[in-house]
Amino acid sequence: MKILTKRNGLIALIILAFSFPFIAQNDYYLHILTLSFIWAIAVYGINLLSGYTGYLSLAHAGFFAIGAYSLGLLTVKTGMNFWLALVGACLITCAIGFLIGLIALRTKEHFFAIYTLCVGYIIYLVIDKWEGLTEGVRGLIGIPAPGNIGPITFETAASQYYLVLIFLLAVILIVYRIIRSLTGRTYMAIRNSEDLAQTIGISTMKNKLTAFVLSTFFAGLAGALYASFIRFIGPDIGSTSIMFDLLMYLLVGGIGTLSGPLVGTLLLVILSQNLQFLQEYRMLIFGPLLTLIIIFYPRGITGAVFDWQSKRKGKKMSGVRKEFPIKAEEG
Amino acid sequence: MLKLTDVAVAYGSFTAIKHVNIEVSKGEIVVLLGANGAGKSTTFRSISGISKLSQGEIHFQGIPIGGRAPDKNVREGIVQCAEGRKLFPQMTVQENLRMGAYIHRKNKAEIRGLLEYVYHLFPILKEKHQDEAGSLSGGQQQMLAIGRALMSKPKLLMLDEPSVGLAPLIVEQMFQVIEEINREGITILLAEQNANAALRIADKGYVYENGEIVVQGTARQLLANDEVKKAYIGA
Repeated sequence: MKILTKRNGLIALIILAFSFPFIAQNDYYLHILTLSFIWAIAVYGINLLSGYTGYLSLAHAGFFAIGAYSLGLLTVKTGMNFWLALVGACLITCAIGFLIGLIALRTKEHFFAIYTLCVGYIIYLVIDKWEGLTEGVRGLIGIPAPGNIGPITFETAASQYYLVLIFLLAVILIVYRIIRSLTGRTYMAIRNSEDLAQTIGISTMKNKLTAFVLSTFFAGLAGALYASFIRFIGPDIGSTSIMFDLLMYLLVGGIGTLSGPLVGTLLLVILSQNLQFLQEYRMLIFGPLLTLIIIFYPRGITGAVFDWQSKRKGKKMSGVRKEFPIKAEEG
Repeated sequence: MLKLTDVAVAYGSFTAIKHVNIEVSKGEIVVLLGANGAGKSTTFRSISGISKLSQGEIHFQGIPIGGRAPDKNVREGIVQCAEGRKLFPQMTVQENLRMGAYIHRKNKAEIRGLLEYVYHLFPILKEKHQDEAGSLSGGQQQMLAIGRALMSKPKLLMLDEPSVGLAPLIVEQMFQVIEEINREGITILLAEQNANAALRIADKGYVYENGEIVVQGTARQLLANDEVKKAYIGA
């Protein structure tokens, strides 16, 4: 009869998340939390590719922006129903992700990171300069809130919070199912060593491409939710600074772990809200914090907790376990 | 079964192997001897399709396979057990083995049968099937690497230095197992520095030096060859 089991903890967390709108004193906290959940969905996407498959993508803020703009343009300019536009936004992001993945995945390691960094910047530039389509720097105004489902409306902060929460839980569940499946182990095999994966008959290109497209799907979904939540989008959401925010959430939380994206996003978003008074000097805190975490806990906070737990259990720890998951073994 | 004709592989301007001619018949154990960097591993990589050929052709069961994707080769039965006991260290022993049966992933009964076979061959793996692969000893890791390769039901199994870094007693067991696998009808191509042990179980062998084959012959001929003796057996 243990009460402090992982399962009970998880149930408690979910109950807490669902009762939060009743606990929170004002809508501001709900707003912040909803926003962090949206970022977290995008970070889960990055984690699937960069954490589990070993390809560090710096283009995902771009895919986030593609998702956001697709939803914005479909609803504002064509007057499409929100839910159809949401599906459309995800599909458009995946289609563009597929084409970019076909080229990007011919590179590896640093070259992949640099290549995707450029892709991300190009996406930003296209959004910024293509005024005829995207309204450029003026941004896209008047994006509708999520459409009704029967009697349920999404006009209040609490209802939007629940909507995003449900999407987040669904994303976490999907990612959990993927990484526990053969598909997930295939991704990890590729991360471990691509040569080795090939020698057991894995078609690495095919699997890397599905991981890439899946991860752009999550980024696009997050972008679309963001657009309908904030109701206004500008080219800045595809900028490299957003990319590095997302990456920081992932690295602090724990790259290649299931709970890392959520932990890191919540922690840093809340921390940065509480440090608002410092304005841009916040980076003086984040910079050193990030550096320290990467040096001492390469698998982030979640990874550090796991390592501490398994040490406590007296489990045999092998050196390889702690290896930084982005890096593939060479041999 | 396998035929390499005038094969060369170059990495940039560096030619790793050239003029390599090898013939392996079905059911044989063929050994490639040579020092580190002589070209044994590159030969394996060229056969499995990981390294591209810059010259020559490879035939497997009469079909040219040069330039074919590695995963296609695995499905056709050409399986390489990489050197250095490359495993998936964070996965358990059983998960590693299941990964080895990747190409049979749709056939659960087949995988169960293959698992039984590998556990029969290496009982220690069954004992440790829940352990993380990274926590195994060197010999057990090597067994797991071979076991994982067997999980894809190879026709041709390429073993890259299975005895390196193992205690003499374990080495002996390892070669017994290789013979047993061979008796099941699996053709074996073996890269080794332990020439003495390898030639005792092999049908024939090729000796590499600086990326080229310098001596070849039946195992008996090679064991009797003075140069081979001097260089690799230390007699």
